[in-house]
Amino acid sequence: MSAGAAAAETTRRPRSFPLLRFVILRILAGLVTLLVVSVFVFVGTEVLPGDAAGAVLGKNATPEQLAELRGQMGLDRPAAARYLDWLGGLVTGDLGNSASGYAEGSARPIWNEIEGPLVNSLTLALLAAVLMVPLSLVLGVLAAIRAGRSADHAISFTSLSVVSLPEFVIGSLLILVFFSWLGWFLPISLVPPGESPLANPSQLVLPVLTLLGASLAGSIRMVRAGMVQALDAEYVHMARLNGYRERLVVVRYALRNALAPAVQVIAQNLQYLVGGIIVIEYLFSYPGIGKELVDSVAIRDVREVQSIAILIAALYIAINIVADLIVVLLVPKLRTSL
Amino acid sequence: MSRLRFARTPSGAVGLALLIAVIALALLGPFVAPNPPDEPIGVPLTGPSAGLPLGTDFLGRDVLSRVLFGGRSVLVLAGAATVLAYLLGAAVGLFAGHNRRFTDAFLMRGADIALSFPPLIFLLVLTTGLGTSVSVLVVGVALVQAPLVARIVRTATAEQAVRGFVEAAVARGERTTAIVRRELLPNVAPAIMADVGLRFTYSIILVASVNFLGLGLQPPSSDWALMISENRSGLDLNPLVILAPAALIALLTIAVNTVGDAIARSLGRSSVEAP
Repeated sequence: MSAGAAAAETTRRPRSFPLLRFVILRILAGLVTLLVVSVFVFVGTEVLPGDAAGAVLGKNATPEQLAELRGQMGLDRPAAARYLDWLGGLVTGDLGNSASGYAEGSARPIWNEIEGPLVNSLTLALLAAVLMVPLSLVLGVLAAIRAGRSADHAISFTSLSVVSLPEFVIGSLLILVFFSWLGWFLPISLVPPGESPLANPSQLVLPVLTLLGASLAGSIRMVRAGMVQALDAEYVHMARLNGYRERLVVVRYALRNALAPAVQVIAQNLQYLVGGIIVIEYLFSYPGIGKELVDSVAIRDVREVQSIAILIAALYIAINIVADLIVVLLVPKLRTSL
Repeated sequence: MSRLRFARTPSGAVGLALLIAVIALALLGPFVAPNPPDEPIGVPLTGPSAGLPLGTDFLGRDVLSRVLFGGRSVLVLAGAATVLAYLLGAAVGLFAGHNRRFTDAFLMRGADIALSFPPLIFLLVLTTGLGTSVSVLVVGVALVQAPLVARIVRTATAEQAVRGFVEAAVARGERTTAIVRRELLPNVAPAIMADVGLRFTYSIILVASVNFLGLGLQPPSSDWALMISENRSGLDLNPLVILAPAALIALLTIAVNTVGDAIARSLGRSSVEAP
């Protein structure tokens, strides 16, 4: 075996395994985080002495009634046992029964109540994400290559203003323009249970626009910042001096290197979509997971709050892991230094 | 007047003027409001008229008076949450950055985990456990922000902690608290200042969002966010009842963010994005 082949051998081998190790480590770290989060969610929602049974029966309940319902809901067992039950249920997909079901005198599985809203929310978030990623790249790059000129000023100023607005303000202003003033879209998005939100796309326009407004601004600014930096790098100057066409320089030299930080920002904004969707669904009365969560908090349906909170946290963490992976795959430098 | 250097840039000056105007309106508004904010004085949801320039809300209350009363809560709650976040975060960050052993790893791992949880969900979980109250809201928002402050302060402190004057103070045998307060704090202050606008903006957004969801301040409080929430269904009868508070929240956050950005630039730092 020649020396060159041996060197190639040593450089190639640690390449495939570290990536797998990285993935496994990231997923393990994510699971540990999720476990800590689950402890917090459980303790956070159950610190008050008044429990879900009391909330269901109201102030006039007799101690016997309370004890019976507590028994039904499993609230008479120690907290640690209930936590382990819940955790076991999460792993096997059995989320328990909702308190609002007990309020109506029946045992209703939480999963049945959140399945439909979850699909509705994911539809909304995916629509927004599909539009957000290309738009933030195009507008960010546009602002960067026109840095200092009027197009850049317009994009930068608008995004600096919008980035600081609460989602419900963006949504309210959009409603005022598109409903009160122009009369194009309705201010509420009613999706009948069991029907796809896509069946009536016009009522998705305002929620999706609001989500876009809330998340696009931040990612445009970061893509622009990364791109401005990349455009000033030596290899870009070199490429220009070599006489490459500007479009080639921008796309192949600058953009590729500005992409890695951009992916992380876009991931941040996807996470933000997951969080911001709560307020937006409430604003438009959109029957999604966020509205379901707010409703459960309002009536203190502890078990349902716990389940939705942990679901959203898991989604949040998963987005982070996928983003880290994409970054590692995109940037060769990071891949070899694993 | 190097402290006000940021106000000499055009955007800094405009932002500052706007900020002063909105704060003045929020703080002085209650003194000039023509009507009591929580008493019905007319037909619900009528448009503007001579005596009532912004019309009435869904209970027939004067929108102008409610708008004039409704800014204080946002400012005070978000302000209190931000101050608390800085006290908590700066304390943790300073000690972690100074004492870079076990405490550092432990505290910063904690911050990482805290940051991997959606802030609004965190607040909703707290509300489920502790009930809706102003103190839960303020402490919750502070707890959301503290890890972010701690991270920035820790990085800045760790940079300073290896400098000669800190090592000299350690060699003189000074106590940790004295070193942190006299040697480190003045030197990490710029890093802290560069971030204040962003943190305050974020506090306003979180406080307003929770109030909007009806899980913070309760009716009949006058609060800009709550006004938008409770009048949503009356939108087509009197749009001003939504427009006025929405525009004021927008002006407030834009002003704070612009001033924060100008301060960060004047300190030679580009501002970071809100998470």
